[in-house]
Amino acid sequence: MIDVDVALDRGDFSLRAAFASEAKVTALFGPSGSGKSTLIDLIAGLARPDRGRISVADRVLVDTGDRLFLAPRKRRVGLVFQDALLFPHLSVAQNLRFGSFFAPRDARRLPLARVVDTLGIGGLMDRRPEQLSGGERQRVGVARALMSAPGVLLMDEPFAALDVARRHKAMGLVELARDEFKIPIVLVSHQIDEVMRLAAQVVMLKRGRVAEIGAPEDIFASARPENPSERFGLGASLACDAGEYDEHYGLTRLKHPAGEVFLPGRAATSGKIRVFIKAVDVAIARAPPPDISIRTLLSGRILRVAASRGPLALATIELVGGERIYASLTRMAADQLGLAPGRALFAMVKAVALDEREVGSG
Amino acid sequence: MTLLGFTFSPEQMDAIWLSLRVGFAATLFSLPFAILVAYGLARWRFPGKMLVDALVHLPLVLPPVVTGLVLLLTFGRRAPVGAFLADHFGLVFAFRWTGAALASGVMGFPLMVRAIRLSIEAIDPRLESAAATLGAPPLAVFFLVTLPLAAPGLIAGAVLGFAKALGEFGATITFVSNIPGETRTIPAEIYVLTQTPGGDGAAIAMSLVSAALAIGALVASELLSRRMRPRLRSSS
Repeated sequence: MIDVDVALDRGDFSLRAAFASEAKVTALFGPSGSGKSTLIDLIAGLARPDRGRISVADRVLVDTGDRLFLAPRKRRVGLVFQDALLFPHLSVAQNLRFGSFFAPRDARRLPLARVVDTLGIGGLMDRRPEQLSGGERQRVGVARALMSAPGVLLMDEPFAALDVARRHKAMGLVELARDEFKIPIVLVSHQIDEVMRLAAQVVMLKRGRVAEIGAPEDIFASARPENPSERFGLGASLACDAGEYDEHYGLTRLKHPAGEVFLPGRAATSGKIRVFIKAVDVAIARAPPPDISIRTLLSGRILRVAASRGPLALATIELVGGERIYASLTRMAADQLGLAPGRALFAMVKAVALDEREVGSG
Repeated sequence: MTLLGFTFSPEQMDAIWLSLRVGFAATLFSLPFAILVAYGLARWRFPGKMLVDALVHLPLVLPPVVTGLVLLLTFGRRAPVGAFLADHFGLVFAFRWTGAALASGVMGFPLMVRAIRLSIEAIDPRLESAAATLGAPPLAVFFLVTLPLAAPGLIAGAVLGFAKALGEFGATITFVSNIPGETRTIPAEIYVLTQTPGGDGAAIAMSLVSAALAIGALVASELLSRRMRPRLRSSS
């Protein structure tokens, strides 16, 4: 449980933010300059609010009313910086030991071997930060934060410095931290797909104010005419059961209650697999079309259609089994198909639009 | 002792050893203070910071004789601080080699502070923040993060201070005079030789020794910082 209610003024910039979240991953979302990183600094104790109170898991970190301000080192926050900020004069192993050495004796510590294994950094222990790639540095940065036995993990745009392929891997990392180590995470991001995939709660910030709070699908699934490019980040992840691999065509057939999902390439053939499907890759049909190249047909019902006066609309579809998927389409198509809540339909996904980077396990 | 065909007299050998002793003592004892002042100037904001900065730099711009005079009026045997230190700690500066070390240390101080301050300012303060969020108390952050990362500046500062101490003349001779075997360092010895008829050859030989020591110190610092550089390259 994270509870924030702060006010801070620095020159032209003023921040007034109040929110509470019980989500495993809370995303602070907004354009640059909206106050996301300042909020992280306030939670970590690297900045002092003019007025306000912050508590994490019922532990008060700062309360100006009580004149209480815990120093950063007493807050037990694991801060993961955009550029990792590993200590350049120490090896990876020493960086990790720095994290664990100062952890409070009574804290629930994570075993080093488990963190190292989970993040796959066992082979890097003797290296210096300068000898690591951007993605490796980021993993070590997360490991170092985890080793300090934090009560909350603060991640300030942890993927910003990474290229697209590594970004998807790194997102898997956050999912691991979330699911494997059960530490609540506050994630700063301005990428909708990151937020949709990882967070259960979004705090949308605009010019230092909280504009909206809610589940990512509620916030992003309303078409916002001021920002039509947002549709490229929208999407939902579906939990599928691993299916068999088709040797001949090189496709993996994943099982979902609403239908089969074809995935190019070989994916894990056991356990659960999450596939992230973008709204722009989903088309809608009222009946299975007879002559069409698309093989992934998922049946469901329209939950709602959000449209503004602009050219675009966004349909939220509840699939058989209860999961949601989004389809971005033109307002014209939505009108001509007669999309109304409750209507049964098929969501069609181009298999070629999915790639294994969009897939997470668990 | 004979070197390159030139024989050094016992007095000259005394001057060389004394200079080395004064140089090491001055560097060693002013280094901690220089680190503290440099850190304060680099990282803290406090009223009067400009004044402290100016005060630190004063020996660099004042005539050395004036600095020597200030030392004499402060640390002389009968001067307030000098008398206190002598009576309570048995520490006498006046007309002793310790005084020469003090004068050299004071003269080299601004150079040390500058070099160290620059290297501390070059450290990303967020590395220190990162250490703090990992639970490290301020002293641990300083000794485990700040100081090791500032090592190149520390070495450069120490070498500059040492070289300055070897060459210090004006403040030293004003403060502790020119006593053979006690306060007559290489520059003072060279000065005496130039005033002595037929002393030119010896003066040149001593000058060469002085240059060799200074160059040796620079080379040593270059080698040290070169060994350090690969592991200090920033992580970002």
